[in-house]
Amino acid sequence: MIRAIRACKTAAEERAVVRKECASIRAAISENDQDYRHRNLAKLMFIHMLGYPTHFGQMECLKLIASPGFPEKRIGYLGLMLLLDERQEVLMLVTNSIKQDLNHTNQYIVGLALCALGNICSAEMARDLAPEVERLLQFRDPNIRKKAALCSIRIIKKVPDLAENFINPAAALLKEKHHGVLLTGVQLCTDMCKVSTEALEYFRLKCIDGLVKVLKDLANSPYAPEYDVSGIADPFLHIRLLRLLRVLGQGDAEASDTMNDILAQVATKTESNKNAGNAILYECVATIMSIEENGGLRVLAVNILGRFLSSRDNNIRYVALNMLMKAISLDSQAVQRHRATILECVKDSDASIRKRALELVYLLVNESNVKSLTKELVDYLEISDPEFKGDLTAKICSIVEKFSPEKIWYIDQMLKVLSEAGNNVKDEVWHALIVVITNASNLHGYTVRLLYKYVQAAGEQETLIRVAVWCIGEYGEMLVANAGVLDIEDPMTITEADAVDVVETAIKRHSLDLTTRAMCLIALLKLSSRFPSCSKRINDIILHHKGSFVLELQQRAIEFNSIIEKHEKIRSALVERMPVLDEATFSGRRAGSIPAAVSTSQGAAPKVPNGVFKPASAPLVDLLDLSSDDTPAPSSSGGDFLQDLLGVDLSPASSQGTNQAQKSGTDVLLDLLSIGTPPAQSSSSTLDMLSPSQGNKKPVDMLNDLASPSAPSAQVFSPAKKSPMMDLLDGFGPSPPAPVAETNGSTYPSVVAFESTSLKITFSFSKDPGNPQTTSIEAQFANKSPNIYSNFVFQSAVPKFLQLHLDPASSNTLPASGNGSITQKLRVSNSQHGKKSLVMRIRISYKVNEKDVLEEGQINNFPRGL
Amino acid sequence: MIRFILLQNRQGKTRLAKYYIPLEESEKHKVEYEVHRLVVNRDPKFTNFVEFRTHKVIYRRYAGLFFSLCVDITDNELAYLESIHLFVEILDHFFSNVCELDLVFNFHKVYLILDEFILAGELQETSKKAIIERMGELEKLD
Repeated sequence: MIRAIRACKTAAEERAVVRKECASIRAAISENDQDYRHRNLAKLMFIHMLGYPTHFGQMECLKLIASPGFPEKRIGYLGLMLLLDERQEVLMLVTNSIKQDLNHTNQYIVGLALCALGNICSAEMARDLAPEVERLLQFRDPNIRKKAALCSIRIIKKVPDLAENFINPAAALLKEKHHGVLLTGVQLCTDMCKVSTEALEYFRLKCIDGLVKVLKDLANSPYAPEYDVSGIADPFLHIRLLRLLRVLGQGDAEASDTMNDILAQVATKTESNKNAGNAILYECVATIMSIEENGGLRVLAVNILGRFLSSRDNNIRYVALNMLMKAISLDSQAVQRHRATILECVKDSDASIRKRALELVYLLVNESNVKSLTKELVDYLEISDPEFKGDLTAKICSIVEKFSPEKIWYIDQMLKVLSEAGNNVKDEVWHALIVVITNASNLHGYTVRLLYKYVQAAGEQETLIRVAVWCIGEYGEMLVANAGVLDIEDPMTITEADAVDVVETAIKRHSLDLTTRAMCLIALLKLSSRFPSCSKRINDIILHHKGSFVLELQQRAIEFNSIIEKHEKIRSALVERMPVLDEATFSGRRAGSIPAAVSTSQGAAPKVPNGVFKPASAPLVDLLDLSSDDTPAPSSSGGDFLQDLLGVDLSPASSQGTNQAQKSGTDVLLDLLSIGTPPAQSSSSTLDMLSPSQGNKKPVDMLNDLASPSAPSAQVFSPAKKSPMMDLLDGFGPSPPAPVAETNGSTYPSVVAFESTSLKITFSFSKDPGNPQTTSIEAQFANKSPNIYSNFVFQSAVPKFLQLHLDPASSNTLPASGNGSITQKLRVSNSQHGKKSLVMRIRISYKVNEKDVLEEGQINNFPRGL
Repeated sequence: MIRFILLQNRQGKTRLAKYYIPLEESEKHKVEYEVHRLVVNRDPKFTNFVEFRTHKVIYRRYAGLFFSLCVDITDNELAYLESIHLFVEILDHFFSNVCELDLVFNFHKVYLILDEFILAGELQETSKKAIIERMGELEKLD
């Protein structure tokens, strides 16, 4: 049959042959053909290996196993191991056959059964057959003993509770002379130490001296042809012994002391010109690194690694790099000595070595060597393989962020990385870069000029373009005016048209994605007020995008166009430079990785009857933009305000001066929208963006809030405790900015949803008037105990008539004794709104003092009418 | 511990596959395909180790055949490299000058040798002679 299959030239032919064979095998199975059963199964296994389905043969295996003869059993077990694995239920049926075979008088059959058990044993089988295996550990034939030892490994891995039964027999195996049994015995002990501390203690107490002696004998043993591998007696046994010693020596000074001598002997005497010898040395070094402190041995070990590192064999260098990673935590000084060699390895042609070396370099970086190492890495970035660039840039960025000694250096390095491999840079990295740039006020001019240069040279890197476009938009005038020139810069002259050119080429590039192009539009808008001479041209570019097929771009183009043409007065204020972004907020957000909540309130957006300058789907951001400018007096009532809002074109701005602060606030909003979030969201979820930390607000609320003009922008900044905006607004607003929860409080009262001795959960509610079925809930968790809760997870379940959407929580760590809280937003849609009220089951899990805690409860006290 | 052993030719046909961890059938095919892709294009000068998902593949090439072992990340790579060689020596000895065709036609014997050499993902016997003798005894019983 195999010949027939091999003779097939095409896959189709092969399938035909296999189908025919399968058919005849199936026929034979149904006829219960005794004589050819094992041949059929052998064929079936071959078919299985080719990747065809063979489950119909599973029962045949069981029949063969149950038959008395050795050859049949042999094929049966082989089939069992190949065609089945531990998860199949058929396996239950075979447990009994295996049990019988384990007790068989023929030792070869016992061997077969053990072999099968070792390969496919499941947890139930392990429990059932453990006594048999335990008994076989003392069998007279060594072949059986070693198989039984390995089976025991599998058993204790499946059912760790059984380990204690095996301690004594396993210890007995360590006294064996037979290499095979000794090898498996040592392995069994090692694995037992991993699952049972009891076993670990026992072996530490009783076996260390014996093991040291065995290793000593082995290391000094004369030539033994049977176990010789290139001049070394049984390197495999060496390695297993060293590994067991490592487990025993870890964290036990006395045990470590006992093995010092032998380790020193192995480390110095072993030949290192062959792979086998190196394997032993490598294991020996690993053991030395793990056991308790011994200065002399450590030096020896690091020297061996140094030798490995300079080896010409790539394999050896690879393991050396691997081991140095462990060594670095023990003795970073010694590893630093090899820095140059390691850096060379980063540039190796072999991906495995590169990856190891890069990780090692990453660990090696500290304040003193960051500049030189980063320079090397950045230089290498130019010539590295494309597939390696991703890893490399990620590591460089993280090094630069972590150790950057000064801002100018940080900006320099990041821009270099962006221009080399901007496409591999993650979003948060360039967001962080922008935050740093805004904070480095004396470097604005320098940065924007540098970016201008880079973007001319490397126009394909998307993130570079984004950062450049953003900076040109913000600091365009500094680019042209050569403001804030540093000593190190070459003077250059850039006209206003040049700056616009850059943005224009960027926006025309089709390979760029939507976010970048949207950012270009914003930059253009900003430039239009900064460069009056180019205003006409910019307007043309924007007009061009009025016909864009992409809704987001079209909408922006139309809005910006109207700003340029019809709102000359407020434009300059509207596009003022962004206030400095708060670094603490940003890093906090990043740590909590709070994605902006997505809501779909587009349908509920208020209809604006007087659509002079707004397209039908005008997002609220527009309302804000323009309204803030025209709010005549902070004290105006909600109703008046709405009118003002609609009549914005007619009533000219009156209180320009007092509104100054707020305008830049909304400006921030605008920019936040453009940078921080993908456009798909910003078009539909404007509401959320405006209050990223406060929960979904309804348009009505929004308008109410607008009546007290400081509220919306204050909310945006409420996570930023030190935001300068806060102060300005505080002084200006008639009422202190109130959190949304309170403004909504009038509609639905907040409830204490759950309270236990350790935890309190408060729900506050808000509703979208356009969509009465949906309730937004903001859950606030407070810790009542004096301990910090980590890994805090809140889960909830609702009956079928409700639909639940959980947004990510603000954090997963809950500070002790109510010193802070976690908030999490939920959205519940009630399909039986008005008939049934909300109910919810909740479950909270968290870790306190390393212990897992689980709390559960049901919430029935939702306010009526939700 | 050894997760699985694969023996593949340069075209990616699997000649032997032994799994010591339970995997879905489809997952096995995927693994075989991915491992083959990983090892086949590597330069002979490169290391014999590649990282594969959360584990490591130790492979060695003999003529057109790739012997790949997938092991834990903390295992001694050099030792497994050595054990691949030992396995090949055993096969070579048993089939007297082994070639791919021997393995195709006697695949069940290869599995039996493997079962004498490695069990439950751990080395069982390191003596070539012991394994060959044991195989001889088993052959006689057939």
